[in-house]
Amino acid sequence: MANKNAYRILIAKPGLDGHDRGAKVIVRSLRDAGFEVIYTGIRQTPEMIARTALQEDVDAVGLSLLSGAHMTLFPKVVDLLRKTGLDDVMVFGGGIIPEEDEAALRKSGVAAVFGPGTPTVRIAEFLKDALETGSWKSSPKKTAKKAAAKKKGRHARR
Amino acid sequence: MRAAKRRAATADRALSRGSAASRSRRAAAPELLERVRRGDQGAVSRALTMVTDEYSGYEAVTRAFFPYHGGSRTIGLCGSPGSGKSSLVNALVARVRKDAETVAVLAVDPSSAYTGGAFLGDRIRVQEHALDEGVFFRSLATRGMVGGLNETIFAAIHVLQAYEAAKGKRGFDWIFIETVGTGQDEVEIVDVVDTVVCVTAPYQGDEFQAMKAGTMEIADVFAVNKADLEEVDKAVANIRDAMSLGPDAEEGAWVVPVHAVSARTKKGVEELLGSIVDHGRHLEETGKLLERRKRQLRKELSLLISRLITRSTLDRVTERHIDLLLDKKSDPLTLGRKLIRGGA
Ligand code: B12
Ligand SMILES: Nc1nc2c(ncn2[C@@H]2O[C@H](COP(=O)(O)OP(=O)(O)OP(=O)(O)O)[C@@H](O)[C@H]2O)c(=O)[nH]1
Ligand SMILES: [Mg+2]
Repeated sequence: MANKNAYRILIAKPGLDGHDRGAKVIVRSLRDAGFEVIYTGIRQTPEMIARTALQEDVDAVGLSLLSGAHMTLFPKVVDLLRKTGLDDVMVFGGGIIPEEDEAALRKSGVAAVFGPGTPTVRIAEFLKDALETGSWKSSPKKTAKKAAAKKKGRHARR
Repeated sequence: MRAAKRRAATADRALSRGSAASRSRRAAAPELLERVRRGDQGAVSRALTMVTDEYSGYEAVTRAFFPYHGGSRTIGLCGSPGSGKSSLVNALVARVRKDAETVAVLAVDPSSAYTGGAFLGDRIRVQEHALDEGVFFRSLATRGMVGGLNETIFAAIHVLQAYEAAKGKRGFDWIFIETVGTGQDEVEIVDVVDTVVCVTAPYQGDEFQAMKAGTMEIADVFAVNKADLEEVDKAVANIRDAMSLGPDAEEGAWVVPVHAVSARTKKGVEELLGSIVDHGRHLEETGKLLERRKRQLRKELSLLISRLITRSTLDRVTERHIDLLLDKKSDPLTLGRKLIRGGA
């Protein structure tokens, strides 16, 4: 039976990065985990992503970036979402993101980052947990720690 | 077998955004209505969530927006998967925006019967309009409804009909509704909108497909999309042929136009919109618009009744009832009747 009120997730690719395989893998896996997933396609400005999140009334925005521009684009999306009044929309992300950037990203409001090799079920579990408890809102770090304690995968980094 | 088990396991952990984290999404009806009437798209979005997710308090929201029914030109696009409905919506949106008319789109894609999840993929085709303030796009999942449309579609339409883009304007000028890529038998859309556009494309069968009952019957306008492909003339001819087999049209009756269009090159889009406008005028001039509006209200009421009854009845079905059937102590007809009457 299809359940009502599935969480709605927007997967978006900001900037000029054309690597879309990872984003599609995430879209597919979240769909299979019971989420309603909307995908923007590539080459989106932060403004387009924020307006899309507004119109689709999503619970979370997942950003995918492999080009290296995450340090400017991810925080920009967070900022624009908050300016649009979407305070209750969680931002998370993935792609090629060096470990040393993660702390700064979390500080700027990105709840979690998942790199290559992360089992997709783990991402779905993280999402479900974070959205259900709302823990990412009060303290992004706490959510991160909790999920970190859960994960065992060699490649998964948070 | 193992796959089925895994699916069942996933479904057991049913996700629901009605929980603690989403509680802030609820909003009171009068405030929402007021903001929508001021042209606040954030409020439109939240109101759509209220009526489609049915958070507590949604009934007040649904009631508050209902009196705005009748505004906006409502256009439905149906047709087989991949025929180019979303791409055509994109082209039509671009065209009506040239005239500075506002447009809202509701695009429906299928929910998985196993997990309840969905990939709502229509939006990708219209994302070039993402920054246009005169365009509002919302993706919806079927969430178990048959017929190619979500059951809460009417309430969603009324929200869009209340939106005020400019002082004195009632609703978006246009509301486009894209149904799921349907098979041959999903004709619900005809009772939801004023004008139905059926989208087909080359290589989708011959004149015998075009003769079949179902979605081919409900078109007010035909769009044979992908006219940049070779076989388009044949596809147009097939539909024209099939239609010419019917009885001669009565004097003054609407003759269904068949357009070759290309969402890719935009060829024929102008003419397609022309026919859509003509059909609207035809409905008004012949008094058939009122007829259609009544049909829509009848559908809205009947969908609601059957849902209320189905839901309250299904809530009472337990393992015990299934065991009765298993042991052949009852049959579905007897048991079903009893359950509907509140017994069993
Ligand atoms: C395949 C590939 C390509 C293909 C892309 C095909 C496509 N449509 O996607 C092609 C050949 C086109 C390509 C081109 C280029 N590429 Co390339 N490419 C790769 C490669 C080998 C694999 C990427 C991939 O698809 N992985 C498989 C997917 C499933 O994994 P993933 O994307 O990492 O996603 C996983 C996680 O990261 C995470 N994830 C990803 N997104 C998201 C989002 C969310 C919300 C979440 C939760 C998780 C998540 O979950 C996914 C599943 O586990 C990588 C190297 C690598 N090993 O990563 C280089 C790589 C990404 N490419 C690179 C470069 C430089 C380029 C080019 C600029 C090369 C050039 N000079 O022309 C161009 C640019 C193209 C463009 N338009 O942007 C560099 C980027 C360097 C950097 N960041 O500093 C890399 C890292 C190679 C390298 N080591 O130098 N590339
Ligand atoms: N050649 C050509 N291809 C087109 C045209 N319009 C759409 N397409 C392609 O057809 C495919 C499907 O287009 P969509 O617009 O997603 O079709 P749809 O009917 O909305 O699909 P569903 O919503 O999945 O049923 C895409 O690859 C489009 O690029 C056209 O005019 N010409
Ligand atoms: Mg579509």
